[in-house]
Amino acid sequence: MHDQHIASAFDRDLEAIQAQIMKMGGLVEAAIADAAKSLETRDEELANEIRAGDKAIDALEEQINQETARVIALRAPTAIDLRLILSVIKISGNLERIGDYAKNMAKRTGLLVNMTPVSDSASALRRMAREVEVMLKDALDSYIQRDADLARDVIDRDRDVDQMYTSLFREFLTFMMEDPRNITACMHLHFIAKNLERMGDHVTSIAEQVVYLVTGEAPEDARPKADVTSETF
Amino acid sequence: MYDVTRDSDVDTKATKLSARNVQVYYGTTHAIKDVDVDIEDKTVTAFIGPSGCGKSTFLRCLNRMNDTIDVCRVEGTIQLDGEDIYDERVDPVQLRAKVGMVFQKPNPFPKSIYDNIAYGPRIHGLAKNKAELDEIVEKSLRRGAIWDEVKDRLDAPGTGLSGGQQQRLCIARAVATEPEVLLMDEPCSALDPIATAQVEELIDELRQNYSVVIVTHSMQQAARVSQKTAFFHLGNLVEFGETGQIFTNPEDPRTESYITGRIG
Repeated sequence: MHDQHIASAFDRDLEAIQAQIMKMGGLVEAAIADAAKSLETRDEELANEIRAGDKAIDALEEQINQETARVIALRAPTAIDLRLILSVIKISGNLERIGDYAKNMAKRTGLLVNMTPVSDSASALRRMAREVEVMLKDALDSYIQRDADLARDVIDRDRDVDQMYTSLFREFLTFMMEDPRNITACMHLHFIAKNLERMGDHVTSIAEQVVYLVTGEAPEDARPKADVTSETF
Repeated sequence: MYDVTRDSDVDTKATKLSARNVQVYYGTTHAIKDVDVDIEDKTVTAFIGPSGCGKSTFLRCLNRMNDTIDVCRVEGTIQLDGEDIYDERVDPVQLRAKVGMVFQKPNPFPKSIYDNIAYGPRIHGLAKNKAELDEIVEKSLRRGAIWDEVKDRLDAPGTGLSGGQQQRLCIARAVATEPEVLLMDEPCSALDPIATAQVEELIDELRQNYSVVIVTHSMQQAARVSQKTAFFHLGNLVEFGETGQIFTNPEDPRTESYITGRIG
């Protein structure tokens, strides 16, 4: 249905912006994977690379902001074009936030490598990170393929991430009660788990943008909530 | 007892013009195909679509301007306040006083500014004396948002005004006969952006009293001034809906292609 614009420069502008989103998405996916890997392998050098790499993600977001503002001013986009521009602005914001959370994970990893490891929590966090990473990949795929069904599937999967977070929350709480010497490390690990849970929320928001882009309407049901830790204790 | 129907009365605008199964033929050419539409009172309705899609033809049906074209044949029903405007008892001249029209190119009469406005009220006998006529002229020029610019030179020729002023003069002339509906066929296409903005502002004010139907090639103009938008394509009314919805999430792929500037 979406043929080329009569003004081909408009198509080129939109393609360039979408290429930047995909580039940003690729960097963020790698940041999540690397953050989880550096945590599990206690690799301080890799953690430092992630912290430095966040600048490139931020720069891309800034570039996308400028390009979208330019398209709005010069092309006055409507209908699918308008929804595309609006979704790009939000998605780049979500990706930037996810990048920040990965950076924060790396920062905490830099501290954790100098502490005694707490049980096998790093591998649990790695599984959680893997889940978020796959969700992000699928969300970006659904964006490229304009696949609202895949996007809705991603939205549903945020529940799994929330459940992982809830069980880690309880686990860390137990470790801290067992031995107060674990508190510092567990606090950092808990923040890492929370970062991953928040990443899942941002991925969900990206998927919601895809549904809006494709259908013109926000997803029908409210996203599932499985983070019950605010009701615990 | 609380009357539940009252609330909805406020929100629901009455239908001013109602078209059903309208077909227009120019000789053997089928120019308008089975158009159904309800034009609301006190609302600006925009007709958009590519050249030759029939939007101007359909607009001209609404005050029987097509009667003047010999080969043109109109079928179906068009009702103004529930009365068929093509009924043989309807006098087209009276109809056109109720359904006024403003054209693409400003076309003031080669007369004074005063007489441009006074002409319609005079032939329709709307004023009993000179004082009443003066009043109508002033009121109309005020409604046309041009009074302050011309009040000191009402005897000057209308053709001596700038393009934007001429167009507002023509709008003032159209409202002088107290119409109920105002049809505008590309009213800003010959105007610069400032004059366009003034006419658009005027259209928004006219909406308080009239039902306005505007044909425009500028989609941004349709988006700016109208509350309802109708998209015509190849003689069909493809989509008719709330302007905000048409421009963010149109239902028909042909509407989408047209408003986003794609080859449709």
